Amino acid sequence: MSIEILVYILGGLTVGSALMVVLSKHPIRSVMYLILTFFLISANYIMLNAQFVAIVNMMVYAGAIMVLFLFVLMLLNLSKENEPKSSLLVKIASALAGGSLLLVLVAAIKDIVVLQVAEKVTDNASGLVQNLGHLLFTKYVLPFEVSSILFIAAIVGAVLLAKRESQIIE
Amino acid sequence: MLEKLILVGIIFTISLVIAMYATYFERKVAAWFQDRIGPDRAGPFGLLQPLADGVKMFLKEDFIPRNSDKWLFIMGPGIAMFTSLMTSTIIPWGPDIVTASGNIVLQVADFDIGILFILGVVSVGVYGIMIGGWASNNKFSLFGAIRASSQMISYELAMGISVITIVMMTGSLSLRDITEAQHGMNWNIFYQPLAFVIFFVCSLAELNRAPFDLAECESELIGGYHTEYGSMKLGFFLFAEYVGMFISSAVISILFFGGYNFPGMDMVEGNTLAVLGVVALFVKIFFFIFVIMWIRWTLPRFRFDQLMHLGWKTLIPLALINLLVTGLVIAFTSGWFN
Repeated sequence: MSIEILVYILGGLTVGSALMVVLSKHPIRSVMYLILTFFLISANYIMLNAQFVAIVNMMVYAGAIMVLFLFVLMLLNLSKENEPKSSLLVKIASALAGGSLLLVLVAAIKDIVVLQVAEKVTDNASGLVQNLGHLLFTKYVLPFEVSSILFIAAIVGAVLLAKRESQIIE
Repeated sequence: MLEKLILVGIIFTISLVIAMYATYFERKVAAWFQDRIGPDRAGPFGLLQPLADGVKMFLKEDFIPRNSDKWLFIMGPGIAMFTSLMTSTIIPWGPDIVTASGNIVLQVADFDIGILFILGVVSVGVYGIMIGGWASNNKFSLFGAIRASSQMISYELAMGISVITIVMMTGSLSLRDITEAQHGMNWNIFYQPLAFVIFFVCSLAELNRAPFDLAECESELIGGYHTEYGSMKLGFFLFAEYVGMFISSAVISILFFGGYNFPGMDMVEGNTLAVLGVVALFVKIFFFIFVIMWIRWTLPRFRFDQLMHLGWKTLIPLALINLLVTGLVIAFTSGWFN
């Protein structure tokens, strides 16, 4: 019973902080709430006994990617005075776009069928590093390697974009 | 449950007391290196100096700059302190203590993901400095914060890769298993000297200690990220550095120097072993705290481009080569190519 209450509290906090990302006016505050959201998602993973995914989520998203977000935002010098003023047309357009996205999401959620989770999936040990590693290097080795090739391609592309044009020609 | 709570309390107190006396020790070491006497006024040999410093910090005016982001300004030192204390939860402090009602494990939590937890918390630790530096609304603070964050991201990579070699040798991420695998004198430093050097340099960089203290470089940035801070908020930033020093010395001792293992540990058993093990671990920790101070008072500070050059073009390739060689050796010795 107490576990169930914990799950609800955690879920509520996660949704709440995710909402605050969108609702807070200041970009730095938004990023702070986003970091908090990542932490809470990690906590949710731990509740599912997926420790490895939880810690990797914390390291990669909260620890590295969000540092870069914060880094860029700090350099942008965002304050109330020099906030870009958007025209009415832009506001209407964004409201329409956001509204249609909401419509699509609601339509998708409406048709959702909650599957009964089999007992085997919620096995206590399934999220531990050893089992996850075994699966990654046996059953899912091809998708795993393909996705790492994708990552390398992305890294090479980023390095190429960051270089000056004269350097590329040489 | 109760014993864990007591253990948490003890570890918390020990971390703070050691960090407190590390400040005293640092000044004594500095004095020794510069042929001075160092603090000797407060109490015998100046032993009450940390208390005097603490009282002074608390009694200063707690000032928040007018144009700062008030909440984030307060949160900065808090996050710095919180993250540096959090890592101590998974450090195995010694062999089990044997009592009549069962063994007491000298470790708050033995996660399956041990060392990853430390890397994760360390990577979050930079937020304290970043938020504090940004919220101060001072360009020097911002520079300090930006330097700190880019430095942390750069050195985390090499640090992670050098840890992977240890994980490959042990076959486990748990710090308890890594310690158990180095029984007696079978320490990882003899197999992985290069990984040790890389890890040690990276932990100096992650700690923001000299020669990597560019985030608080006083000759260029006044005080870096804590320029606008005063009172105990400044104290928290400084204190977090010393707590971090204690914890990272503990991690280095566990990963490379056998943790609580010591030569001749098979001759004793039971509670004698537990006590001697804890003593052995703390001797190693104190040695590394001293080495970190030694480096600070010996080497000059890096220039920022040199720092980035060392991180990306020297340490990461070295760590990758080390990883590759380790992998090949493991593959050959376990006969995968036969």
